[in-house]
Amino acid sequence: MKRILFSLVFFSVLIALWEGAFRAKIWSPVLLPAPIQVVQYLENAVTDGTLFHATVITMRRLLVGYFIGILGGLPLGFLTARAKIFHDTIGTLALGLQTLPSVCWVPLALLWFGQSEAAMLFVVVMGTLWSVVIATDTGVRNVPPIYRRAALTMGSKRLHMWFKVILPAALPFIVSGMKQGWAFAWRSLMAAEIFVTILTGFGLGQLLHYGRELSAMDQVIGIMFVIVVIGLLADKIFFSPIERFLHRRWGTSQA
Amino acid sequence: MLRHKTGSVTEELAVISPSKLLIQNVSKSFRGTAGDVLALDRVSLSVAEGEFVCLVGVSGCGKSTLLNIIAGLEKPDSGTVLADGEPVTGPGRERLVMFQESALFPWLDVLDNVLFGLKLKPNLTRKDRYDVAKYYLELVGLTRFEHANIHELSGGMKQRVALARALAPNPRVLLMDEPFAALDALTREQLYGDLQQIWKARRKTIVFVTHNVREAACLGDRVLLFSPHPGRIQEEFAVDLPRPRDINSVDLAGYASRITRALKNFSGSELAVAE
Repeated sequence: MKRILFSLVFFSVLIALWEGAFRAKIWSPVLLPAPIQVVQYLENAVTDGTLFHATVITMRRLLVGYFIGILGGLPLGFLTARAKIFHDTIGTLALGLQTLPSVCWVPLALLWFGQSEAAMLFVVVMGTLWSVVIATDTGVRNVPPIYRRAALTMGSKRLHMWFKVILPAALPFIVSGMKQGWAFAWRSLMAAEIFVTILTGFGLGQLLHYGRELSAMDQVIGIMFVIVVIGLLADKIFFSPIERFLHRRWGTSQA
Repeated sequence: MLRHKTGSVTEELAVISPSKLLIQNVSKSFRGTAGDVLALDRVSLSVAEGEFVCLVGVSGCGKSTLLNIIAGLEKPDSGTVLADGEPVTGPGRERLVMFQESALFPWLDVLDNVLFGLKLKPNLTRKDRYDVAKYYLELVGLTRFEHANIHELSGGMKQRVALARALAPNPRVLLMDEPFAALDALTREQLYGDLQQIWKARRKTIVFVTHNVREAACLGDRVLLFSPHPGRIQEEFAVDLPRPRDINSVDLAGYASRITRALKNFSGSELAVAE
């Protein structure tokens, strides 16, 4: 209760400072709109449906690409962890490409796929895939051999071993890789949407971009706010519960 | 078979058929930094059905290697292991291992750990498996903790869960690799009592590896002494004491000191050479 109160006070003070800065007219109102203007923009964007529409388009790109990245990354990570030949080839490739900021995929994606959904998808997949490959590889390598041995004597083998022993044992690593992949994918998708107009759908990044074109600062700040909220929600709704579960089960300290 | 109607759990629990083990001329060497090490040198040994055999020796004498070979987790360079006349070619649930560290799965709670092996056993219904797991949790005295997380348990409780997990699929052989070595003395003494009781209730052939002579004398029908470099069985003691045995009894101390003397006789000189 006390914590919620402190948060509320903190954010109220922040908005009050903003309002104060606006009233003091330190900057031109074009550069710094009042908080209420941003709220009004968001209200309009909600009622005329643009915000909802853009969010749906962005989230669809993100989620589809993200799940393709995970579905591809998990088996690849298993392979690189299990066989030297895959480790030396795909593993090295993953390590190299993971250091590449995923926004660097945008020019290539545009040339290959044109200004299309496929280009967006490609960028998101590249952002997710390599993080998941590397995290899965590390996770599988860190599974204590004694778990495998114990499971072997109880009659576990092949698929059962992978799904019931190695995957859950590597889960703490895999989840942190998924979280990193999510962050990379989210950032690179925003960058791609800001750079490139895709005619099949206007996402949040495009709204941000047009806000700048029109010098509509209320729109720019409003959309930034929405992007922040989506990031927070993903963390609170999806990742936090999983991490809390893992901490409780494994007995590791709460990060 | 009047009790037939009480369900397959009773049947499942009624099956008690310990194995006969025959180990013939088993050799195994490992590639070490200082050349090959002969961990086992033509070791032969037979274990009767339902017998409790302890393998004792200093660390690195190959006793754990022998246990792993019996389990099927490692292959011998030469020689054979027969369980009830059938050669052992790989791991299987007829011969379950209890390790020094508990090797319990931290992603499962206590009950699900005990259920792990049961779920891999065919011809049991969901309820059977559940009932069998509960039975063994009660046997090791942990019914209250069935939904606890593994990290919440003490070392002794973890080994109790590991014992329940190893017993649950009803193996014919139980292989125990220094299961109590990491526990404090008080907890250990309690577990000696419990293990003897459980062994009486669920007759198994047990091969128990330890470097603790008293422990071996307390638990084993026979105690086999291993010598290191190369690993060989040097001497054998039959412990002829009534059960349940108390680790602090005078008779047991007598056996223990005889075994210790024998152990010192050959490993003392061997150790000096090795160092």
